[in-house]
Amino acid sequence: MKQQAAVLGVGQTRHRSRRADVSIAGLCREAVDRALDDAGLTLADIDAVVVGKAPDLFEGVMMPELYLADALGATGKPLLRVHTAGSVGGATGIVATSLVEAGRHRRVLAVAFEKQSESNAMWALSITPPFSMPVLAGAGGYFAPHIRSYIRRSGAPGHIGAMVAVKDRRNGSLNPYAHLQQADITLESVQASPMLWDPVRYDETCPSSDGACAVIIGDEQAARASDGPLAWIRATAMRTEPTMYSGKDHVNPRAGADCAAALWRQAGITAPAQEIDVAEIYVPFSWFEPMWLENLGFAEPGQGWRLTEAGETEIGGSLPVNPSGGVLSSNPIGASGLLRFAEAALQVMGKAGAHQVDGATVALGHAYGGGSQYFSMWVVAATR
Amino acid sequence: MDPPLRAPLEIGFDYTRSLGPVLSQFMTALAQGRILAARGADGRVHAPPFEYDPVTAEPPAELIEVQPTGTVLSWSWAPAPLAGQPLEHPFAWALIRLDGADTAILHAVDAGSAAAMRTGMAVRARWAAERTGHIRDIACFEPGTGPGPVPGGHGLAGQEPVTMITTPVQLSYEHTASPAETAYLHGLAQGRLLGQRCPVCGKVYLPPRGACPTCGVPTADEVALPETGTVTTFCVVNVPFTGQRVQPPYVAAQILIDGADIPIQHLVLGCEPAEVRMGMRVSAVWKPPEQWGTTAENIDHFRPTGEPDAPYQSYAHHL
Amino acid sequence: MTDVAVVGFAQSPCARHSDSTTSGVEMLVPIFHEVLAATGLSKNDIGFWCSGSSDYLAGRAFSFVQAVDAIGAFPPVMESHVEMDAAWALYEAWLKVLTGEAGIALAYGFGKSSAGVLRRILALQLDPYLLAPLWPDSVSIAALQARVGLDAGLWTEKEMAEVAVRSRAAARDNPGAQIAGEFAASDLLAAPYVADPLRAHDCAPVSDGAAVAILAAGDRARELCPRPAWITGFEHRVDSAVLGARDLTAAPSATAAARAAGATAGPGGVDTAELHAPFTHQELLLQRALGLGEGVRVNPSGGALCGNPMFAAGLARIGLAASEIHNGRADRALGHATSGPALQQNLVCVMEARS
Repeated sequence: MKQQAAVLGVGQTRHRSRRADVSIAGLCREAVDRALDDAGLTLADIDAVVVGKAPDLFEGVMMPELYLADALGATGKPLLRVHTAGSVGGATGIVATSLVEAGRHRRVLAVAFEKQSESNAMWALSITPPFSMPVLAGAGGYFAPHIRSYIRRSGAPGHIGAMVAVKDRRNGSLNPYAHLQQADITLESVQASPMLWDPVRYDETCPSSDGACAVIIGDEQAARASDGPLAWIRATAMRTEPTMYSGKDHVNPRAGADCAAALWRQAGITAPAQEIDVAEIYVPFSWFEPMWLENLGFAEPGQGWRLTEAGETEIGGSLPVNPSGGVLSSNPIGASGLLRFAEAALQVMGKAGAHQVDGATVALGHAYGGGSQYFSMWVVAATR
Repeated sequence: MDPPLRAPLEIGFDYTRSLGPVLSQFMTALAQGRILAARGADGRVHAPPFEYDPVTAEPPAELIEVQPTGTVLSWSWAPAPLAGQPLEHPFAWALIRLDGADTAILHAVDAGSAAAMRTGMAVRARWAAERTGHIRDIACFEPGTGPGPVPGGHGLAGQEPVTMITTPVQLSYEHTASPAETAYLHGLAQGRLLGQRCPVCGKVYLPPRGACPTCGVPTADEVALPETGTVTTFCVVNVPFTGQRVQPPYVAAQILIDGADIPIQHLVLGCEPAEVRMGMRVSAVWKPPEQWGTTAENIDHFRPTGEPDAPYQSYAHHL
Repeated sequence: MTDVAVVGFAQSPCARHSDSTTSGVEMLVPIFHEVLAATGLSKNDIGFWCSGSSDYLAGRAFSFVQAVDAIGAFPPVMESHVEMDAAWALYEAWLKVLTGEAGIALAYGFGKSSAGVLRRILALQLDPYLLAPLWPDSVSIAALQARVGLDAGLWTEKEMAEVAVRSRAAARDNPGAQIAGEFAASDLLAAPYVADPLRAHDCAPVSDGAAVAILAAGDRARELCPRPAWITGFEHRVDSAVLGARDLTAAPSATAAARAAGATAGPGGVDTAELHAPFTHQELLLQRALGLGEGVRVNPSGGALCGNPMFAAGLARIGLAASEIHNGRADRALGHATSGPALQQNLVCVMEARS
């Protein structure tokens, strides 16, 4: 039967476009050491390590967890490597949770990273196989048409995307770890930024970041032994569907909706918009905030943008979304999902600092990847 | 059924690696013709140094210098070196315990023949003439005792610490098309658009895939499709990037070919990007037949037909 | 603890050059159908799917994404992926059955090893600063390990050849094997070295292939399989990546995993073992590291030396060991998988029959 699991500690790097001061191992250790400090533990207390990152082509290292075994304190222990496209950070947290829930281990270290400055993600994501049409243009080129579809379908006004960007970047300026620090960003400056993949503007897209995130997950006994606040893991869920199939809804994908429904069911949540105090949602392009609000069941289809427009997703609103600044402020791809999960945990632990949502006790962490086809989510809470 | 089409796929990138404090010292010393090591918690001297101790996972306290000479602990012979390896003629790989160290460095030994190699033999580093702070500053090892010459000397005064290395990774693959895609590509080579219908759900896939993604079964029933269709959605790519093969700005559109049940991604040209609309009717513009191959690039782009736009409801379920 | 068993297994034939795409779909579709038919299950009965594969094997990012087409993953499925041999995907699947999130789980792995120059690609698993820039290939690294053991008197080239002879003879009964037949050690030893001290027979072939295994819990397992292979221990460990600081004649991670999994030889211990040893000396090393005595039948399938589809071969070892229980030839079997240079990472799954 399933054991209870809780987040004991969280750590992350200072995310930057180029962390030229550290190696890949050093980047990971910065996050790991902070998580251990946060939990009051050392590497010797860790029973197993789960590593997540996005494509190995980003760093040009095949299965880098092998070379990282010593640096992660994994030598002599179980080591797993997860890769579920952009959702991998979330999947990493869920696999680590499963190790505890299955009764296998007492304390598990989940660490996810990306050192994007070692190469170039646009290159790695746009390698055109033979025989095909070379129209790929990175993630932006993939998702921009679906954003256009959302705008058409929902009738959302054009400024919603810019509103999300302003909110998330200003939130990011409250988060010392965030890559982009843009306290002075305005609706006008976002709308004046270059149109990269029309309808998506430069300021409405995520940066390319070097960064890592680590989360330590423990069982009930480890949780009891912990001095600090905890984030109890109430529910986890993952769903996958094919990249493309006839009738696929790229705006409101079935896998995301099914995943959310399973998550809410498991967490005993019947009215997510009321019961969730704060959400960290994977929003690499600003328009995905309203899209995912609908997909997750926080709003009816076509209505998500109204929450954004009304300011409800700001810190202080009825459903603060991405108080950390989100993916729009920091995007070390492989770590981005685990950062969402970790930031949700920080909120219910009351340790989010300047971007803390007052009184947050139940939070959502969300990640997605591939062609809106891999979803991973968790609900964490201040109490069991 | 035709055998699957195959074609080379080359991927290459010069990775830029920041080193961090330990590797930075090590690489900087290599540029000076010196080799640094780290003492581990178990008392062993590790050369090359670890970033994190295999026993304690702690970084080394300090780095110490070891000799560029050492002893072969194990070796294997490479009769046909692969691209990128240290030597282009046959050589030995060896685990070499440098004098002053307890662990071994893995590198090449230029020994001439396997007969010249033995466990326990003495070797010394052969330094590269031009050193940049990279593991390849040691060109290889060679049989011999006593340090070899260090071209340019140890000084290299005033040199900045090495903090980055560049690692080119070039790999060659053979890409294989699926049987279904092969049939589609042969159709393209004849100027035809051939989809396939799933025997379970009846949907027409263009291009056909290895298996119907919702049913998990191969498709075989071929369906000839026209070269007209509807733009379901699109974006205008304005951003240039490494490896891009079409000059921006261009319209990357999802085009639902008439009779197909899934859109394809292609270019829309022949009008200003600002004139492209969801629902716009388009038709394929083929390259001259003499340029055709088994590729989706036979269709140069799609252009507007001038017909009235398709009603939104006709393609809304493909968004 | 929930009782979980391997109830089904299928593998595609190992081939030097498969017609499959690097996404594996063409190799996976037939074996999904085979294993579902054998167990009487449909895809909708599978509560959790988990796969193992590698982007670098395919030469592009997100190469595993298209493999999901082979599932027919609509309605959406609960699914995950490890960038490891699928033996570790089976481990993740086992977790989901243990937690009760899935009653039946399926793990699959695929690798089109022939798409690139495998031994050169695997150099990218090494330290990216100190080793990978020299491109030491996987066969040369294994050869360094073989020589350490030869020099230490732990094995001889003749004993290594005899491993190949025995494996190839055993593989005659394995329709999925890529290499099989009657060979004499003296003939094999007359061949030139490919990487002194390794000859061709010492090295697993480059293989394309895929494998799939199904797990089920409790009574459901008994319904699906007349003689389920009940998992009594499932453990994995990793060793340091620093080849020059490791004792290459040992595999501490394999030893620790076997101990933790309760893999004992002798009476009541394992009678059959499928070892993932891509090189002959590694089979000899693993027999010692895992504590397998004389009485244990090793690699009745012929092992990885007769077919080594990357990222599927480890899962295949577990599946083949389970099959020996399914077909009544084994009562207690061990499946082993390895990953990384020179046996860096090891996994052990111990299974038994129950009356």
